[in-house]
Amino acid sequence: MQKYSVFSLIKNAFSDHQNWEVAWKDPTPKKEYDVIIIGGGGHGLATAYYLAKEHNITNVAIIEKGWIGGGNVGRNTTIIRSNYMHDDNALFSEFGMDLWRKMSQDLNYNVMFSPRGIINLAHSDAQMNAYSRRGNSMRLNGIDAVLLNREEVQKRIPMADFSDNVRFPIFGGLMQPSAGTARHDAVAWGYARQADSMGVDIIQNCEVTGFDVTNGKIVGVRTSRGDIKAKKVGLCVAGSTNILAEMLNMTLPIETHLLQACVSEPVKPLLDHVVTFGAGHFYCSQSDKGEMVMGGDLDGYNSYSQRGNLPTLQHVLTEGIAMFPFLSKLKMLRTWGGIMDMSMDGSPIIDKTHIDGLYLNCGWCYGGFKATPASGWTFAHTIAQDRVHELNAGYSLNRFNTGDLIDEKGLGTKTWIS
Amino acid sequence: MLYIFCPHCGSRSQNEFVYGGDATVKRPELNKEISDQDWDNFVYLRKSPRGKHLELWHHISGCRQWIKVERDTSTHEIFKTYKADELTE
Repeated sequence: MQKYSVFSLIKNAFSDHQNWEVAWKDPTPKKEYDVIIIGGGGHGLATAYYLAKEHNITNVAIIEKGWIGGGNVGRNTTIIRSNYMHDDNALFSEFGMDLWRKMSQDLNYNVMFSPRGIINLAHSDAQMNAYSRRGNSMRLNGIDAVLLNREEVQKRIPMADFSDNVRFPIFGGLMQPSAGTARHDAVAWGYARQADSMGVDIIQNCEVTGFDVTNGKIVGVRTSRGDIKAKKVGLCVAGSTNILAEMLNMTLPIETHLLQACVSEPVKPLLDHVVTFGAGHFYCSQSDKGEMVMGGDLDGYNSYSQRGNLPTLQHVLTEGIAMFPFLSKLKMLRTWGGIMDMSMDGSPIIDKTHIDGLYLNCGWCYGGFKATPASGWTFAHTIAQDRVHELNAGYSLNRFNTGDLIDEKGLGTKTWIS
Repeated sequence: MLYIFCPHCGSRSQNEFVYGGDATVKRPELNKEISDQDWDNFVYLRKSPRGKHLELWHHISGCRQWIKVERDTSTHEIFKTYKADELTE
């Protein structure tokens, strides 16, 4: 594989950049693989990469219905954080933060990781207390957390509404300085390029139509490009997990919901951090191009449409304007939607299943992007060793049956109501 | 914008409604021996199909009645609506 560097850039400049190697190949599927990963999104690509890198398993195929990076890895708001209170989520995410910091070097691909810090705003004394508790839990788990008072928040984001007669005055906030953003497409492409170079087949435009299970063991998948045998199969298809589960006669603690995001027209740099509104569900950051990147609530009903409705967008942006009044002056550049696996406790599932050789990675709710490296790393471990790693032991499939829920936000079964 | 036909009030915009989830889920019967799996099925496990889905909506800013809506989850087309206690086809 051609190494990307300033020297290769200069060298290729002499040939008008016409001679770059393709970043990944377009192979025809083989008859059989050791491992098939279904879903060529961030998690699937990362899983294949770590299978090859950490476990030396390179006879691997990624099967993708559309094109790699066309699903949620290209539709999120690029936020990376580990500001969780519960141990299972905190340790998993913080492990991921470490992988994020090394990712550009590790993949030889600039993912533009920008640890600009995230601020969760608080709008009451009670919320300040809750954030202080969360911040303390984070610090006990080795994650950086700073409780900011009103003046400290004002210094960092003076454009927020600090006037006297607002409905939700800003009391302060909880900041994780090491959180940030990364270029989401580059993450998918970087993992794809490295996985491909280690021998992984990335098979696009290949839809899974069924599974071959014999005596409780997976033996292969049926696809639109023919049957492919496999010793192990991993599902990484957040958003479409229920569709594949139905083919396997499995019912999961997951509903598929629609989440929208949007960007404004680009403006000059004014927002240094990722900021979330504490009295509703709205988050905002500024991209390197200057666009304000925004998102918030789910549309609120089961959907596979990848296309949102205006009432939810209006609701979300009303919250945005309550936080940052200047947003009302900006034109909207684009809006889009993605479909989310909403698990019943708001936390994901990375586990084995009752079918031998079939592994499940799903239920990422709104938080899939930041988990990409940790999810890939632990899922690769689970597949290669046929047992869960301690980092994803809490993300078990049967925790809903046994009552070991990870109720990070205490939302219970209606995770889409916040 | 979805327009939902409330059997009590007529066609109204989705702003007046709140979603209530899968309408086909049955609560285990009272006073009967119930396994953990029965509760798991009722509380957590959902089919979440792509296509036709029978679901509950609450007309919270209207007549405040619960209704059942048959809707396509990939096109958002609404086929039919029912009163909460009405039998569905």
